[in-house]
Amino acid sequence: MKRRKKLHIKPKHILITGIVFCIILIGISFRYEEQLAPVRAAVGTVFTPMQKGINIVGSFISDKTDTFRNINDLLEENETLKEQINVLTYENKMLLQDKYELDGLRDLYELDKKYLDYPKVAARVISKDTSNWYSVFTIDKGTKDGLMKDMNVLAGNGLVGIITEANYNYSVVRSIIDDKSYVSAMFLKTSDTCMIQGDLKLMDSGKIRVQLISKDAEISDGYEIVTSHISPNFLQGILIGYVSDIELDSSNMTKSAYLTPAVDFEHLEEVLIITEIKEPPLKEAPTE
Amino acid sequence: MKRILIYLIEIILCFVIQSSTFHYFSLGDIMPNLLLILVVSHAYMSGRMTGLGIGFFCGLLVDLVYGDLIGLNALLLMVIGYFIGYTNKIYANDDYTFPVIFVAVSDLVYNFFYYIFEFLLRGRLGLSYYLSRIVLSEIIYTVLVSIFVYKLLHMINNRLNRKTNEEE
Repeated sequence: MKRRKKLHIKPKHILITGIVFCIILIGISFRYEEQLAPVRAAVGTVFTPMQKGINIVGSFISDKTDTFRNINDLLEENETLKEQINVLTYENKMLLQDKYELDGLRDLYELDKKYLDYPKVAARVISKDTSNWYSVFTIDKGTKDGLMKDMNVLAGNGLVGIITEANYNYSVVRSIIDDKSYVSAMFLKTSDTCMIQGDLKLMDSGKIRVQLISKDAEISDGYEIVTSHISPNFLQGILIGYVSDIELDSSNMTKSAYLTPAVDFEHLEEVLIITEIKEPPLKEAPTE
Repeated sequence: MKRILIYLIEIILCFVIQSSTFHYFSLGDIMPNLLLILVVSHAYMSGRMTGLGIGFFCGLLVDLVYGDLIGLNALLLMVIGYFIGYTNKIYANDDYTFPVIFVAVSDLVYNFFYYIFEFLLRGRLGLSYYLSRIVLSEIIYTVLVSIFVYKLLHMINNRLNRKTNEEE
């Protein structure tokens, strides 16, 4: 009983201290984000192995339920895919021949193969942000596998997002459908630039907003949108998706549209990370 | 001492399950908020101090791993834990209705303030859309899950209480 008397502090006071502490923390993290990074990294490093373990259980269960649900669909799909493979292998052969010719021509023009083969690393999605407001997820590779902040993340052949935080054994990825995400992009055919902005309100329709298209851009539904050459973080020429519903803005200066991503964000399990960073513009002249 | 250890294990387990398993069970892209259930149930069962402490650590964990602003979730969950702690006065051992109602109310409060801090301050209007599409569906899902989770936590808590009574 003695111990209890000693520890008698009013809960009210603890609440006030806690609130003040939290507000200070918010202020610090808002102002000096870098200083807190080691703490976050330490916490994340501890939890990643646990999440990885539990994630295996979760994906096992969801895999099993999916298997039962989809087995018939898969059989049918398998048939069509097999046919497709035959066609595609033939086409591929033709294309390869073209490619050899193209390589030869490129060498002639001394052009680099600009965005055909970036070095890539595969990683597994292990956990997702705990709230329903954002689309942030973590992957099971970090700086020890050579990942760094601002590296681009792909799945299949489309852009998924960008690494916002790279730690020792995990990295945090912000997907392009996230409400805070902005990507500078362009139309593959016409090279008109635009901005891709994630919007939580479009979650149900599975689309993303495209803004700031020049009003003179000659575009129509179904055009491919790729990352642009002027983006500071995204490497050029990665497919983002296909445009639809183009409209002239009320300002009469720009057009806006919607974009269907090339990636299925609902079933994201494995992603590819390009281990090459677009060189940021130098702030100061390099000293020699 | 033992009690604090159990609380810690519960927090870590809930966080890990929430972040890495629940998105497989999400309905319409919405997943239940397990950490909130944990905070509210403990605040209801054991009072203000416990609610405050668990809320703070749960929130801090989420902030450190996912958030941009460290401390926002900690602040929200701590305050919720503290105020739900007042309801400890009407705590009854075999009552399963009140905690579920408290979970619903605090989920609404939590998401409302989260919207204000993270979305409204960035100029995202349209509260009605967010309320109906995200907050409401999260509340319904969370309440459903909380019925089972509360029962489990309640069992653990009862066992702990019995142990401490025996020791005394």
